Formats: sequence, C-alpha cells, structure tokens
Amino acid sequence: MIRAELTKLRSVRAWVAGIALVFVAVVGLGALAAAGIRVDCPDGPCPKPPTGPGGEAVTDHFSYVHQRLDGDGELTAHVASFRGIITYPPPNHDTIVDGLVPWAKAGIMVKDGTSEGANYAAVLLTGSHGVRMQYAFTEDRAGPAGASWLRLTRRGDTVTGYASADGATWQPIGKAKLDGLRKSVQIGLFVASPSDVTAKASARGGSIVQARWTQATAVFDQVDRQGEWTFTNVGDDGLRTDWEKGNEPPGVTRDGGRFTVTGSGDIAPAGNEAGPSLTFTLTGMIGALIAVIVVGVLFITGEYRRGLIRTTFAAMPARGRVLTAKAIVIGGVTFVAGLVSAAIALPLGRFLVESNDGYLLPAGAGTQIRVVVGAGLLLSLTAILAYGMGATLRRGVLAVTAAIVLVVLPYLLATASVLPTGAAVWLLRLTPAAGFAFQQVLPAYHQVQLPYRPSGGYFPLPPWAGLAVVAAWAAAFVGLAVLRARRTDA
Amino acid sequence: MEAIIEVSELRKRFGASVALDGMTFTAGPGLVTAFVGPNGAGKSTTMRVILGLDRPDAGTALVGGRRYVTLDRPLTHLGALIDPGALQPGRSGRNHLLWLAHSQGLGARRVDEVLDLTGLRPVARRQANGYSLGMRQRLGIAAALLGDPPMLMLDEPFNGLDPEGFVWMRGLLRSLADEGRAVLVSSHLMSELQDIAGHVVVVGAGRVVQAARTTDLTARFGSLEAAYLELTRGLGVLS
Repeated sequence: MIRAELTKLRSVRAWVAGIALVFVAVVGLGALAAAGIRVDCPDGPCPKPPTGPGGEAVTDHFSYVHQRLDGDGELTAHVASFRGIITYPPPNHDTIVDGLVPWAKAGIMVKDGTSEGANYAAVLLTGSHGVRMQYAFTEDRAGPAGASWLRLTRRGDTVTGYASADGATWQPIGKAKLDGLRKSVQIGLFVASPSDVTAKASARGGSIVQARWTQATAVFDQVDRQGEWTFTNVGDDGLRTDWEKGNEPPGVTRDGGRFTVTGSGDIAPAGNEAGPSLTFTLTGMIGALIAVIVVGVLFITGEYRRGLIRTTFAAMPARGRVLTAKAIVIGGVTFVAGLVSAAIALPLGRFLVESNDGYLLPAGAGTQIRVVVGAGLLLSLTAILAYGMGATLRRGVLAVTAAIVLVVLPYLLATASVLPTGAAVWLLRLTPAAGFAFQQVLPAYHQVQLPYRPSGGYFPLPPWAGLAVVAAWAAAFVGLAVLRARRTDA
Repeated sequence: MEAIIEVSELRKRFGASVALDGMTFTAGPGLVTAFVGPNGAGKSTTMRVILGLDRPDAGTALVGGRRYVTLDRPLTHLGALIDPGALQPGRSGRNHLLWLAHSQGLGARRVDEVLDLTGLRPVARRQANGYSLGMRQRLGIAAALLGDPPMLMLDEPFNGLDPEGFVWMRGLLRSLADEGRAVLVSSHLMSELQDIAGHVVVVGAGRVVQAARTTDLTARFGSLEAAYLELTRGLGVLS
C-alpha cells in the first residue's frame, strides 16, 4: 500500500518538482539571507559576544573589586546598602529616577580570571528577587529571604554559597561545581545593573521595546579578607554615559572597612539582542512550507477531482488504511526533504555569514540537531496536515488556502509585530504555527529581564510541544478524512 | 475461487430517486454476460456496489462467493473498467499501471505484459493527459487485466475505440470467456454484444427485466436489439 502510494507520488513530475522546491527554498533562500547578514559596529564588523563555559553567548559586564585566591579559601561580606538609578524613558516620566531594576546584582564572586565569559560562582542580593546563588551564567538558585550577609567557600573546583540574616547563623544555598577551575582564581565584591528592558503595546499593533540604562551602587562592610584589592570593570567597552561622566563613574571607593562599589551591566546568558542566531539560516522555511502544502493537498484532491479515488479504493478497499498510507508517504518524503535541506542550510549559512566577517550566536550540537530535525518535522507534519485538509475538504484551492491560513499566516502575524503580544502568544500556542517553536535557538531564562515575545524570536511553547500541536492538528484532519471516506460512497 | 459474480436483491436510493430496486442476477464462468439497459437503469451503480465503492441500502453483491471489500489483493480476483478517464494528467500510463501493480504486490514485469496485451507499449511512457479516448480505454482494460483475474467487469468497453479496436475488443472478450473467466460487460452496442455474449441481463429502473441466453432472445425477437427495445420500452428515465 505504501509502495503503491509512493509510486503515485514520484510518478507526477509536478509533485516531485514541488518536493525539490523544498531544497531550493530552504538551501537557496537560506544562503541568500545568510549572505546578507552583517552587523556593523562603529569600528567595522561587530565583535562576537563572549561565550560562557557552556559555549553559549553571554553578557559579562560588571564592576569587580577582587584579589587573588590560590587554592581553597572563603570570603564573607555584608551588604550594608544597595541603591541605584534608572534613566529614562521609564513609564510615565522622562527623568532619571532612583531605583533598582529587579535583577540588579550586588554580591561576592569567585571567578576564573577577569576576562569576559570566564566561569564564576556568586552569591548576591538582587533588586527585587532576594538573595540568589548564580554560577556559570545560566544557573540561578534562590536563597533565604531577608539575608544580607553573604559567604562563598572554595574547595577545589567546588564553590558553596551561604547567606545569613545576622552574620551568625548561616544557611547554605547551593554548591557550584566549576569544571576545570584553575588553582589561582579571583575572589571579591561585585555590582552589576542590567538595562531596564520593557515592551509596551504599540498603537499601530505589535509592541515597542524600550531599554533604559541603569546603574547600581552597593556598600559592603564586614569584609573578612585582608590584603590588596584591585578594581576591574569587567567587559568594559570604554563608552561612558553622561550620568557616569557627570555624576558617578563605575568604580570603588574605600573608607576603612567599607567598600562602595558602583557598576552597570549584567552577568547572564545573552538573548537574541546579542546578534543573529542560527534561525536566520532557515529563512526559506516559509517558501518550503507553501510548497509542501500544495503538494500535500494535490496528492489527494487530484484523485477526488478526477474520480481516480474510485480506482484507488477498488484496488485497496481498506479506505482508512489507504488514506493513512498516503499520509505516511507524503509525511515521510517531506520529512527527508526538510531534514536534508536543513542539514545543508545550517552549516552553509554559518559559513557564509562568517566569511562575510559576521557571526551567528553559538548553538550547541544538541540545539543544532533539534533545529534540523525540527525543520524536517514541521515540513512533514504540515504536509500531512495539508493532505488531511485536502482529503477532508476535497477541494484543492480551498484546502491550500485553508492550510496556508492555518499554518503560515498565524506565524507571520505573530512574529512580524502586527498583533499585540498576548494575541500572538495564543496564536503560537493553538494554531499549527506553534510548530515554528523548533527554530528558537536561545532559551528564555527567568533570571533575565527581557520581553520574551514572539516578534523577538521567542515562542510560548517548547520545541517538541509546538510540534506536538501541529501533529494533533494533522491527526485530527486525517482522522476526519478517514471518517468521511468510510461513511460516504466513493 | 469460483469465477462467478452474484448480485442479489440490491436496493439503493439517492435521495428521492430509486437507483436499485431489487437488482438480482448472476454472471457465471466461461461466458460473456451482457449487462444492458437504458441510461439510468442502475448498471453503473450496480457495478460500483459490486466493487464496494457504493454501499447498498439492502441486498448483497458477491464476487466468487465473497464481498469484494473483504478480498485480499482484489484486482487478482476481479478486474474492472469503470471510468477510463479517471487518470492523473501528469502521470504516464505505465506509472498508472505500476502503482496499481504495487498495490497488489505485483511487479513491473506484469505491467509490461498488459501493456503489450493492449498494444499500449509505444505510448506507455507518455503523460496520460495526451491520451486519446481509445488509448484511455485500452489503459483501463490493461488495468483490469493486471491481476490476471478470473472475473472481469467492463463498463462500456467499446467506447472511443476505432474500428480496429472494435475487432480487437471482440476477440479479447471472447478469448477471456474461453479461458473460463466470468466476463460482465455493459454496453449499448447490441450488435456487438449479440455476437459475443452467451447470456444477457436486461435491466430497467433498477431491476432485472429479463435474464436469458442470447440465443433464446434472438430466437424470440429476431435480434438482440429488437429484444432490448421491446423489453425496456417505457423504462428509460428519458422516455
């Protein structure tokens, strides 16, 4: 049965050409888009963002007052005060106001050197998320409420974080195993204050993203390590805001045992704002989807239109099984086509971008495999869905239009910043466009305050859940088609 | 499996109109059974019911004693020509037969055999939308013969054939019956049928009017055409 349907599919030249279009669209358009990517900075092409120990792109910019720690040791400090400023435009006013953003950070840190992206572990006080232990850029754990005393101990490559409300009773927060931590590391006090990024609905649809530069200042006392302290503005780009020039530059002032540290920036995984990601190499997916929708629909409506379906059912009277075999064939062929073309488009796109002095944000092998397999699955499930709609509606033009409206249109509406974010999120949860979630390369992190919106490349569902939504739609339509074929005369 | 098509008390309505009204007849082995009647008499509906394409409201249609839809590799039991125009335009005749062959577990060799048998070999790789009526007819016959079935059911096999094709079709039908197959042929061409059919089933308004040996009818009415006209008077939907 499957062999018969495969023979049908490959014996119509236009359908084979439609499948070949998947390659042309995914590889060709992907290469074209990749060749056009170049992010220019004032002094030429932008440098690559630093990468953390896990290989992911990171932001690593903060004020660090540190000294060398050889081998095992510990540091205790008390955060006596923590304040900051937020520049405009904050909601509803256009002045610089006092305040801390939710993930402003003041604390103590063990770091494997002061270069950007070097591994670290820290316990810290935040603007509004209490005491945390964070390490290796992606890890975050909540500490006890009401604590302002912080302690880090280093034993080999393990760093343990503690917090205390009174400096007498200590509560462990977590243990960070920092693989390959050198014997000689830096230990000290730090302050960071990420930009205040918010999105608000635009009157013309979509949303407007606003970022406000911020600065935080913390006073540390009861610092239990003696000796020389060095100040480093880690990840300093050399640029200074007017506030820093006229009011408070980043740095440290010391008054006996009190350290007043001022700084900006963040220590966190980077988001899509850090540069183009692998997703850009899949620009051709829309074209490929339309091609598989047309082939998927015609694969069945052609039979209904010409009465060929009677020949099919006379040769293979088990209608449910025939219609399922057809779904398997169209799904299998488009999966292979999508998988192979994505497997070519990804490395080719990266090569083209890099040979043009650009970069794509790094992605782990697991993520790349997921994106390639996801591309194949989205094309395959969409082809099955279109086929199912064709088999249910039995009208080619109608089914092609309906499938495009169901799969492609919601994706374009949701990601092109046309709809309010709330509506976009629901479209990407409920419609088959949810399947596009496979192409989100960078995960969203709760400890980073970014507006994770569809138009920014962030999807409400995880990749496999998104593809499961498409699969459910496809199964529903194929099921309907089987029911209709069983109940009616051919 | 015995080569016999048995239709018994078939009833079917399409909305208000009665298509089959107790259709009952048998087409046995070793002879051509002519299935004749005016347009709308229920011939095509009967054939679709036999193939399991339409579901009857009542009655049974058996192929070698079994319902068609329960047959494994059905084209190896009953070959049918019902709508030779039902082809995918971009697919070649050979590939049309090839997918049918694959659906029955048959290979390309059998496809080439029936292409030779129907004289289609020279145009086999051409796209079906370039086929003449006669070529489509021959392709439909090739499809019916593909499974080398003991039973055949052909709806208007002479349609679109040229004079040479008529001669060929007559010979083919005769030889198929001589090989012991049951061959059910519906047609309006009484003069053609008179020579080749051993048995005639005359239908009108969804039921059998007369089922008899051809020789009996020609003896009684002079010719098959005369018998047909007499027996179906007033039964056509257009009369």
